[in-house]
Amino acid sequence: MIHVHGLRKRFGARLALDGIEARVHERECIAIVGPSGCGKSTLLRCLNALEPFDEGAVDIAGFSLAGGASLTPAAARPLRETVGMVFQDLHLFPHLTALENVALAPRIVAGRSHAEATERGRELLARVGLGDRAQSYPAQLSGGQKQRVAIARAIAMPLKVLLLDEPTSALDPAMREEVREVIRALARENALTLVLATHEMRLASELADRVWRMKEGRIVADGTPAEVLGDAK
Amino acid sequence: MQLVAPIWSRRALPWAVACVIVCASIARVRTARADTLSTMRARSELVWGGDLQGGEPYVFEDPRDPSHLVGFEVDIASALARELGLARARFAQTQWSNLVPSLERGDIDVALNGLEDTPERRARLRLSRPYFVFHEVLAVRRGAPYRTLDDLRGKRVATLNQTYALELLQSRPAAGAVDIALYEGQEEPYFDLQLGRVDAVFLDHLIAARYGCPLTGVECLTGDEPRGTYVVGLRRDDAPLADALDAALGRLIASGELRRILETWHLWDDAQEELASRPAPEASMPLAPVAMSLDRRQVALFFEGAAVTVVLSVAAFAIAMPLGMLLAATRIGAGRFARAAATAYVELLRGTPVLLQLYVLYFGLAPVLRLGPMTAATLGLGLNYAAYEAEVYRGALIAVPRGQTEAAAALGLGPWQTLRHVMLPQAVRTALPAVTNDFVSLLKDSSLVSVLTVVELTKRMTIAAVEIRSWLGPGLLCAALYFAMSFPLSRLSRHLEARLENDPRPRTA
Repeated sequence: MIHVHGLRKRFGARLALDGIEARVHERECIAIVGPSGCGKSTLLRCLNALEPFDEGAVDIAGFSLAGGASLTPAAARPLRETVGMVFQDLHLFPHLTALENVALAPRIVAGRSHAEATERGRELLARVGLGDRAQSYPAQLSGGQKQRVAIARAIAMPLKVLLLDEPTSALDPAMREEVREVIRALARENALTLVLATHEMRLASELADRVWRMKEGRIVADGTPAEVLGDAK
Repeated sequence: MQLVAPIWSRRALPWAVACVIVCASIARVRTARADTLSTMRARSELVWGGDLQGGEPYVFEDPRDPSHLVGFEVDIASALARELGLARARFAQTQWSNLVPSLERGDIDVALNGLEDTPERRARLRLSRPYFVFHEVLAVRRGAPYRTLDDLRGKRVATLNQTYALELLQSRPAAGAVDIALYEGQEEPYFDLQLGRVDAVFLDHLIAARYGCPLTGVECLTGDEPRGTYVVGLRRDDAPLADALDAALGRLIASGELRRILETWHLWDDAQEELASRPAPEASMPLAPVAMSLDRRQVALFFEGAAVTVVLSVAAFAIAMPLGMLLAATRIGAGRFARAAATAYVELLRGTPVLLQLYVLYFGLAPVLRLGPMTAATLGLGLNYAAYEAEVYRGALIAVPRGQTEAAAALGLGPWQTLRHVMLPQAVRTALPAVTNDFVSLLKDSSLVSVLTVVELTKRMTIAAVEIRSWLGPGLLCAALYFAMSFPLSRLSRHLEARLENDPRPRTA
């Protein structure tokens, strides 16, 4: 589903990603762990072409990205309909209700009718346990609720791959569990391939099939949670 | 108290005395104005008021040396100064429509600038004997079917404010009433006559001969139009100056110097022979201050003016908002060329006076784009305010967090969709208070369009003020109407600002 080859990314003089080589199989769940600034977020952003990279190639869900070129918005569009992203800071649209947040992209990007998009939005919100908060604005929701709206917004598109950046970092332990179960269930139901960057070892060990440990722009360990995380202890 | 009293007397008394002396001398200056002639002799200078905008041949800047003023009235003023035994005549630039108030305020010694002898002026000022005889000329487009004032019923006729010609037009019976368009300069009426914006121009032959008759397609009709004279305007209480001035003019006429001056400027004709026998106009009884207040007809016209102001502002803003939005979006999201063009537009329109833009739009572009006064006014204000709105919207768009754009991109929204569904709705809410404020400014700026002959609220006020010879009533009424329009909007703006702060939808989430 994902194949990364020789990926290099520079920010000025600093090498943020230094020759990433990686493969992800369909419906696999990868957790990327590592210290802040090791390149986790940058790698995720390169995978859905939010960030152009300098060298190497990425094949993802049937799309090919090459180093040294940035995608036009029109070319990025089919990729974005297939590869979703949940940001660390969520970036929910504050002027829209939870339901409108979820229904926006299916309506104006995927071309669903208003009724259809709304109906699907309601289902998704109910699925993440927010059926009763459809008309709330983001600022009226708790951190965990916002996180779930952000996930629902992403998977409202017909995704094959979902990228999650620190999905539980801002949450208290009870909510972490809640969000983790939502991710697990949705990934299974929608046959999603997941790549998530996280600091939280518990999330990585419970959710991931494989864990990548990153350090200074490289993947320094790749294995089962027990292998990689056990390794760290 | 015992302590205070001596201090009061010792320290404060000199101040009190000084104060009284200063006040008294100010009062003396005010009363001493009665004898302008002595003041003029003391400074050996004749200060004469006129307006350079009147242009050739009255008083204008020498094209070869713009720091030097020339014109037949410059020559007359110099000759008069000499005859009065003064060292020099000094020109004081005064807006023509304010000549009489400036004279009354004491800014100038005399008003000498095509001031016509009218009953209204006789009642208000003291007038010298005439120094020029003119007649009114009706200019029309060549071959026009209307040839006299009587044919012009319901037609649009251009003239200048506070002229004899205007008085003649206004004094016509209702049956022959014309639609009067008031201009500020003397070139523009003929220009608009050529363009068909007005049907006729009614002005002095002096103006017509210079600015109207030579134009292609313009025909000057000399019928039995009434004659009038130019006189020097003086304050009512300046009898000694008036006598000295009449005597001086008499000498200039007798010696043939006035004739030579007028001949130099090609102004001499047979009618000027009359000057020798024409005495100074009798000052009539000052008009009783009956007209000091506005009558119901005038108040109704004020409301009409306010309606014009509102319609104009709303229409202009209806242009400014979408255009400003487009400019802001272009400056943020478009390619380099379009971005540079939008930036240039904004800087150009913000960096030049809106008055200039209105002139360019109405007069400058007229050969290629013939706009009516109201259309030009609306468009001019709209285009100008678009530049300001663009900056407001741009600021608001920039204030939308970058993450919003990324989130939209990650969902597959294109740039236009991101702008339309994500950026703009958030930016508009931020911009709304500033936009409301701009509209209030526009309401007031709309008064500038009076230069395009649009009679809106402020223009109506100045017309009424001249009519009733008082600025107080019209000024207050005008202010009240502007306030009534802008105050609710200011409140709305503040309300929107407050609502924004307590909004359940803050700008980031």
